[in-house]
Amino acid sequence: MAKRVLVAKVGLDGHDRGIKIVARILRDAGYEVIYTGLFQTPDTVAAAAVDEDVDVVGLSMLSGAHMMLAPKVVQKLKDRGVDIPVVVGGIIPKNDIERLKQVGVCEVLTPGANPNEVVAVIERALSRHEVGDLVT
Amino acid sequence: MANNREIWEEAFEASPLREVDFSTMSGIPLEPVYGGDNSELPGQFPYTRGPHASMYRSKLWTMRMFAGFGTAVDTNSRFKEIIRTGGDGLSTAFDMPTLLGLDSNDPMSEGEVGRCGVAVDSLADMEDLYADLDLSTITTSMTINSPAAVIFAMFVAQAERRGIHRSQLGGTLQNDILKEYQAQKEFVFPPRQAMRLVRDTIAFTTAQMPKWNSISISGYHIREAGSTAVEELAFTLANGFAYVELGLQSGLKVDEFAPRLSFFFNAHIDFFEEIAKYRAARRIWARWMRDRYGAHDERSMKLRFHTQTAGVSLTAQQPENNIVRTAIEALAGVLGGTQSLHTNSMDEALALPTEKAVRIALRTQQIIAHETNVAHVADPLGGSWYIEALTDEIERQAEAIFAEINEMGSGSMLEGAICGIEENYFQGRIADSAYKLEVEFGKGKRIVVGVNRFLEGNDDDSIDTLEITNADEERQLKRLDHTRQSRNQAQVDEALAKLAREAADPTINLMPSLIDAVSTYATLGEIMSKLGGVFGRHVEVPSI
Repeated sequence: MAKRVLVAKVGLDGHDRGIKIVARILRDAGYEVIYTGLFQTPDTVAAAAVDEDVDVVGLSMLSGAHMMLAPKVVQKLKDRGVDIPVVVGGIIPKNDIERLKQVGVCEVLTPGANPNEVVAVIERALSRHEVGDLVT
Repeated sequence: MANNREIWEEAFEASPLREVDFSTMSGIPLEPVYGGDNSELPGQFPYTRGPHASMYRSKLWTMRMFAGFGTAVDTNSRFKEIIRTGGDGLSTAFDMPTLLGLDSNDPMSEGEVGRCGVAVDSLADMEDLYADLDLSTITTSMTINSPAAVIFAMFVAQAERRGIHRSQLGGTLQNDILKEYQAQKEFVFPPRQAMRLVRDTIAFTTAQMPKWNSISISGYHIREAGSTAVEELAFTLANGFAYVELGLQSGLKVDEFAPRLSFFFNAHIDFFEEIAKYRAARRIWARWMRDRYGAHDERSMKLRFHTQTAGVSLTAQQPENNIVRTAIEALAGVLGGTQSLHTNSMDEALALPTEKAVRIALRTQQIIAHETNVAHVADPLGGSWYIEALTDEIERQAEAIFAEINEMGSGSMLEGAICGIEENYFQGRIADSAYKLEVEFGKGKRIVVGVNRFLEGNDDDSIDTLEITNADEERQLKRLDHTRQSRNQAQVDEALAKLAREAADPTINLMPSLIDAVSTYATLGEIMSKLGGVFGRHVEVPSI
């Protein structure tokens, strides 16, 4: 059965070129992709992830608000009692990558990733999760 | 019967010239323009070669560096630094909450204040933003769309409080709402209601602010979202035609407002394609304005544009390479005859730019302007077989797109634009083009240096970048709170109520009441919320 991915734009950042491309890349790689649309909140992302019964959540963030919003998405998913890995992509400074992982983000995609790398990151998120690998 | 060159000479002789020796470095004197006696020359319909007979011999393009971050006081300092180092026009970047008409204390604003631009919540911030700057001589651009009318009201109010009458103010309001639904996605109200605000600003500036460009009809964002050069050109000009129809519908005569419509294009990395694109743009606009919209005043037919080098071409890897990319892109803008230019900084794939990175970007323009001598001759590539063929082809492809949009609108470009937005026509084509580029990149057919080839250097130490911290947000929140405490709430409430009443009547121009409202220190969020109560909110149907 195809794995399901929710891709979301959370916060006020309206740049959707990247997320649409990622959505198509994943769709072409055989995933079922649900795109939330723009201006989501951590709450609406978590609700959609549960409603759509997805296996992984991807956030696209280019506005610099990732340290505020990504951890909240992780928390809201936990609050709903689901253990869905969260991947963040966008303009993420190197120093923030480790900080995001420490708050429960599974993988981070940075600018210039090619389609194969995008798919590889999602696969890594899914397989780490299946092995029951809790983020340390 | 005078030939083109004789007619051109007369116009050229009447033009003031900069005090520069217009020769090559080796002393060879240069003609202001080259071309046959009966070939088209700059300043001549359809202006393929430029809007003015003398082009940069009279006046260089404005070096207008886009800036904005943190609080208004921070950005005011950056404005002053840009002017101190030779920038000659202001260009304002607002943060995401401001762009979307939200106050800094709105729940959705948390984490976003001051990060992508300057935070503006009320007139108090605009007063800080432009403090000590002589707006009677410096022109100002403001990149704002959905809340443009409100921010513009604040801009006018703060200038008049300092004794600068609105009629003296020169500059540009981006105010191009159509491209928000198509590409930049900073929409708030539904299209038709939003267009009413655009109409009000055009009517207001036409009547009261002769030095003000009411719209910067933009292709930059369309291109950044992934369109091709032809799509950038065609969607932009089609939106331009839509705004012309909007103005005409409002009762204005075309020559009353069209001279103050301005444009904004991307300067991407395919050098010659960009130059041809600008030339095709001028030619198309001139023909449509004269033949379709009945313009008689040549100023209505002359397309004037600002250019920004392509943000999307910059790489996070080996960021110093971006200095090179920006320089080449800037040169394309200049060889294409731009009136105004912003050059990106090398660190902008990573963050908002540092002061030093901005200085290098400004120096890039100054080197082009003062060392290369490319500005000595107008449209220097005119007559090149390559450039002329490319200009013609881009024009041809753009016309095919106009025909489609016209068809969607049953003969109206305005209706075509709105229908196109509703039917995902623009958004879909942009996404398709973006995906095509990505596939080519993924396959290695499109090379990006430092990203899929020539990777040595990627592990070098990262460069210093600008950091926006939570402290900036905290300062802004305090400022907002202080503003709210210090104002007369009764006046605010009355002004907002008046706005709501007037917004419900589409025959009323909202600009005067907006100026009144902002003068009470009603906040941006309060005003936009009031308007939202009348206009409703646009919700995009997500598509991939």
